[in-house]
Order: sequence, then structure tokens, then C-alpha cells
Amino acid sequence: VCAAGLSYSLSQVSAARQKHTLPDLMYDYGALQPHICAEIMQLHHSKHHATYVNNLNVTEEKYHEALAKGDVTAQVALQPALKFNGGGHINHTIFWSNLSPNGGGEPQGELMEAIKRDFGSFQSMKDRMSAATVAVQGSGWGWLGFNKDSGRLRIAACANQDPLQGTTGLIPLLGIDVWEHAYYLQYKNVRPDYVKAIWNVINWENVSDRLKAAHK
Amino acid sequence: MVLSEGAVEVHFSRAASTSSGVGGALVIALRELCPAPGSTRINMLCRALQIRRCAAGLSYSLSQVSAARQKHTLPDLMYDYGALQPHICAEIMQLHHSKHHATYVNNLNVTEEKYHEALAKGDVTAQVALQPALKFNGGGHINHTIFWSNLSPNGGGEPQGELMEAIKRDFGSFQSMKDRMSAATVAVQGSGWGWLGFNKDSGRLRIAACANQDPLQGTTGLIPLLGIDVWEHAYYLQYKNVRPDYVKAIWNVINWENVSDRLKAAHK
Repeated sequence: VCAAGLSYSLSQVSAARQKHTLPDLMYDYGALQPHICAEIMQLHHSKHHATYVNNLNVTEEKYHEALAKGDVTAQVALQPALKFNGGGHINHTIFWSNLSPNGGGEPQGELMEAIKRDFGSFQSMKDRMSAATVAVQGSGWGWLGFNKDSGRLRIAACANQDPLQGTTGLIPLLGIDVWEHAYYLQYKNVRPDYVKAIWNVINWENVSDRLKAAHK
Repeated sequence: MVLSEGAVEVHFSRAASTSSGVGGALVIALRELCPAPGSTRINMLCRALQIRRCAAGLSYSLSQVSAARQKHTLPDLMYDYGALQPHICAEIMQLHHSKHHATYVNNLNVTEEKYHEALAKGDVTAQVALQPALKFNGGGHINHTIFWSNLSPNGGGEPQGELMEAIKRDFGSFQSMKDRMSAATVAVQGSGWGWLGFNKDSGRLRIAACANQDPLQGTTGLIPLLGIDVWEHAYYLQYKNVRPDYVKAIWNVINWENVSDRLKAAHK
């Protein structure tokens, strides 16, 4: 009786452990206006990100089964869905924390020093990151990342939902989503205006925290 | 191939572009610059002068012709922006055509200009560096040009004749083709297109999907018959995140005559 109960409890624990959940925002959907409108935030969080979370859970469930059977073919077949939905979940979780209604302005301390060291100036970093982000062909993200080996900040862009760390090794500090769903309702085809506006809501404390954590 | 608008308008066939085609251009340019001379010695002298002037003018005309030849242009729609409502709203059509497609055309022309220079210098590195922009903007222009013709306010329903027979042969039924193409199109990760294409080698219809603006024929060899754009700009203002609803609705405005014409042309 005990063993059966234990087995059941373990399966409950392992089932519970695998489930990813949609994180709550630290601010209202309308809090980033006029830079990002409420309708975008609501759809982006409660529909797009939520879908990645749900599909990630489904994919991990299937992957668990394939792994248990040692079925390599099935595992490989699941890779695109894992990267797409898993990357979508990772990226958006970082993104919501990168934004704040009290954001904008300039970073301070260690992060500012690193930016000046690796880009010459804060404005130079902004210009280069904006350019790389606007230039993404199709759907993707612009990133400010940290290279642990060199100890340097780097700007990068990834396609679709490819997660920065998993695909490049860079630690993600700040991401700008340029999938059209991130801006189209408000900015239409004028992606550069969106990228220009988003600097007004960047949460530099969060970006700094990520840099500190990356050092450890 | 017809040159785009400009002072010189010349018609010549693709196949003969470097011989009789350019010869055709030469004839027109010559006619403009060098009127037929008379037969006297004075006229022969005048003719020598005319030839020199003619050559200079000809060189200028040829550069005009070649410059004009490279320019792509935004095709007009055969219907108003609001004509596909309620399936695709007017605001989407206007932005999609006059902003997105127009940008691909402009950037394609710029890229081809740069490529022309790199090619002239034999600079391989520069050519390779230009490839992504060429594929992206060139593909965007090709894809959207096909797309606008694939749609019509009088569209929808079912195809007939050869196209319908081919669909039944290769998919079992029209509904089966629609279901499979819809599924493949909805499943595109990120930006891209769903396609009904024709494989010339096997003579069969095929469903395919391409990422971003990768053109179907250039990347897979399949001849494009019908494309469904699932970049978010194609539907988001109206359908938001619900791509399946957009893909379901677009079947109401598919111009099956155009798709049939493309299949016929693919056979040749």
C-alpha cells in the first residue's frame, strides 16, 4: 500500500515539476502607455506568451515519453517545437521584466561602466542595438547580452523564438521583441518608431540585476 | 520583358535579351539619333560625324536602357483596398500593398544596383554579403506580386477543369487539399508563407511552406500557384493572434482562375 502511494506521490511531483506557468506582469497592461499600448500588452501576454507556455508543457510531456523509451527519432522531431515554445517562454519572461512604467533614462553603476567600456557610450550602445533590432528579417529579437568568457557586453539578434543563451551562449540582459505582434496594432509597419519608443520603458535595474547574476 | 516607365520604352524577349533584343534597342536608339543619311561625299562626312555623335548618344541610351531595365515596380491591384472585405479588411490591404510591398520593391532596386557594381568588379565577397538582402527583398516582391493576383473579390468557391482534376488526383479531394494547405500554413513558425506549388519533374501538385520571404521556386524548385502570407502584418489588425481564422477566411477570396492560369503556364 505504501509503495503504491509513494509511486503515486512521485508521479504527482514529477508531473507538477514539469509544468511551466505564465508569469504575472508587475504592472497593468496599460502601464507602458503611450510607448506600448494596452491592447498590445494584453494580447502579447495573455494570448501569445500563454500559448507558448501551454504548448511548451505539451511538448515537454511528449518529450518525456520519447526520452523514457530512448526514441531518438521522436526526440529529434520534437526539437523545433521545444525550441520554438520553450524559447518563446524564456524570451517573453525576460522581456516583461525588462520593461517598467518607471523605466527609461540611463543605467548606473556597473552596467553603465560596462556599456561605456564596450560601446564607447550609452548612446552608441542604443544606436547599435536599435539598428540590429530593426534589421531583423522577419520575426525575431534584438538582444544586449553578456559574454561570460570575454567578460564583455555584446549586441546580437536571433530569429523567431531562438533563445539567446541556448543558441549563442550569451547571457541575455535586455531583449527587444520585433515580432510584428509586439508593435503592429500601434506602430503598423514602422518598426523603427517602436524600437525608438521602447527605450522609454526599459527597466535598467532589472538589466543590471541580470548582469550581476551573470557574473556569478 | 517590358521596361518600366521612363523616356525609353523597349520591348524585347527574355531569350533574345543580348542579341536581337538589344539589337531592337539599338535600332530604336539609332533611329532617334541618326536619321538616314544621303549618298553624297558631304553626306558621307556628315555621316561620320553623325556616327561619332550617334555612338555617344547610343552609349547614353544604352545606359538609360540598362538603368531602366533593372528597376522593379510596385504592381497595381486589380481591385480596391476594400474589395476583399469582410475577409481581409481595407486597412490591412492598404498597408500591405502600399507600405510593405512597396518597401520590398524599393529595397530590391537598391540591392540590385549595388549587386550590379559588385558584379562588375568581380567582387565575390560583396556579392555574397548582398545575398540576404536580395533574397529577402526580391522574394518579398515576387511573393506579394503572386499574392495580389491570387486574390479577388469574385473569388472563392471551387476550381474547375485541369486544376480541379489535378487537385483530386494529388490530394484525393478539394477539401483535403484545403485542410492540408491550411494546416501547413498555420504551422509556419514565425514569418512565412504557405504554398500550393507544382513539381515540374513529377507533374504533381505539392504543398510547401517557406520562411520569411524565401521565394518558393528559387528555394525549392516548385512553381508557385497559390500562396498564403502568414506574416503577422497580413492579418493581425483584423484577426489578432488567431491566425487560423484568417487562413480559414482567405479561401473566400481565392482567385481560382489565376491559380489555373499559373498551372497552365507551369506546364509549358
